[in-house]
Amino acid sequence: MINSRLFRFSGWGSHRHRMEGNQGKPGKCRKEPPPEGGNPVAVRPPSQPNCLRADRPGFSGPDGSRPILTAHNIGVRRGERWIIRHVNFSIKPKELVHLVGANGAGKSTCMKAILGLIDINEGGVERKPSLEVGYVPQRLAISPTMPLSMRRMVRLTGDFTDDAVDNALATVKLERLGDPPVTTLSGGELQRLLLARALIHKPDLLILDEPAQGIDVAGAEMLHQLIEDIRVQFSCGILMSSHDARMALEGGSDVDLVMLVPYEHDHSNLANAG
Amino acid sequence: MLDDFLVRALLAGIGLALVTGPIGCFIVWRRMAYFGETIAHSALLGVALAIVTNIHLAVGIFVTACLVVMVMFLVEQRETLPSDTLLGLLAHGGLALGLVVLSFFPQFRVDLHALLFGDILAVSRNDLAVIWLGGAAALVVLWRIWRSLLATTVNTDLAVVAGLRPEQARLVFGFLVAAVIAVAIKIVGVLLIVALLVIPAATVRRFAANPENMAVSAAAAGVLAVAGGLTASAQLDTPSGPSIVLAILLLFILTRIRWRRTAQRHSAPR
Repeated sequence: MINSRLFRFSGWGSHRHRMEGNQGKPGKCRKEPPPEGGNPVAVRPPSQPNCLRADRPGFSGPDGSRPILTAHNIGVRRGERWIIRHVNFSIKPKELVHLVGANGAGKSTCMKAILGLIDINEGGVERKPSLEVGYVPQRLAISPTMPLSMRRMVRLTGDFTDDAVDNALATVKLERLGDPPVTTLSGGELQRLLLARALIHKPDLLILDEPAQGIDVAGAEMLHQLIEDIRVQFSCGILMSSHDARMALEGGSDVDLVMLVPYEHDHSNLANAG
Repeated sequence: MLDDFLVRALLAGIGLALVTGPIGCFIVWRRMAYFGETIAHSALLGVALAIVTNIHLAVGIFVTACLVVMVMFLVEQRETLPSDTLLGLLAHGGLALGLVVLSFFPQFRVDLHALLFGDILAVSRNDLAVIWLGGAAALVVLWRIWRSLLATTVNTDLAVVAGLRPEQARLVFGFLVAAVIAVAIKIVGVLLIVALLVIPAATVRRFAANPENMAVSAAAAGVLAVAGGLTASAQLDTPSGPSIVLAILLLFILTRIRWRRTAQRHSAPR
């Protein structure tokens, strides 16, 4: 059992059986500028990663805090095709990690793999024991046959007092809306409501899948400010995906960036173009 | 009082409606109407099983229905066929198999008419006990899985991340539907049982602000319809099962009409 685990961790498992067009080239891994105050990034080039920022697993931060979640060389395969592969990163408390990549780069897959919603075919995810994870999905389609008010939605996955619901709604600035049906909320309001539902569980780690998707610029900026406030107020780690690197690069010292590119792409071309 | 067959019928119908209301809400939310039909169709196979093995009819139906639920559950995760196709396969496969098996035992006469349309007036004291005790048990189970099932109905990923084990809740709910249908077939029959699940929930949807709210109102609407349908059936000498279903349908149409008028009044000044 332990052997197979190590074997999977090494990441070479099924790689050998796969014939890549650019198999012969060494895997290129672009160095991200080290985050301010952070340590330089030690890049160990795994062969053909689709993660351009290889973090060092188990790294202890400047303040000595251990990561609450570490992705060790994870890969997810659908049929013969790898959706993501050789993805390494870790999240520490109070750290904001952006998962950036174009459409189809595997951001959602990566998040679902970390959350345990889909099976990982290679590598593994290490979590701090009893880690409370809050998840905000990319979109949520609520059937019109289901009557669900805003306040009821906050209590969907747990039993909470009215005060707790009030606090969660106030954190995301929805407290003045009253208790309307969820189906009448706008995209931005729904996104904040989902955030409130995650926050009421007091998560150690908040995972947001493209929270600004389909929201206008002003709304997106407000949402990013809100997420920043939450990081400070709840001192939780945040993993957030986005197809827009700009927001991520504007972040402060605690911001980390993980770039995902579609696994099938030729990495050397991408690095040259950049 | 229980000596009067009409009183027994009324009590049986009310007991059933109290359970089909909340369970029917989930059937509507989760779009499982055809799933209910499939279980009802497979009841004929259950009848065959009960006759061959000489067990109580409702037990035979329940066991078969549970098997169908499990087959459905396992196949759904492996097969790429759409679930309504799978249900069609199971529903009509079960029905056909039941009829063929029954044909091997010509010495047993099965009242097909009662099976298809129900016979609430023939409800015995024992049946009443089964309906009320079984119904109470079903409601307790539903209450236990409520949060998990509701969360997975809204979004399965959210339920999984919150550690609510939605797969388990879905399977338990499947068994609940099987149990309700096994008991209800005696009252409204194979062909009409889904109406008792779906229509009360659809009727009260407009007036409910919350899931819990809707479940309770659906139960109330069902009770109202059972009382109305049985009374009409006694007065007009119409078949009881179809009369109950028609009463629910009438209630549904009435609420629609009233809602339309209020909507028109609101939009009139424009």
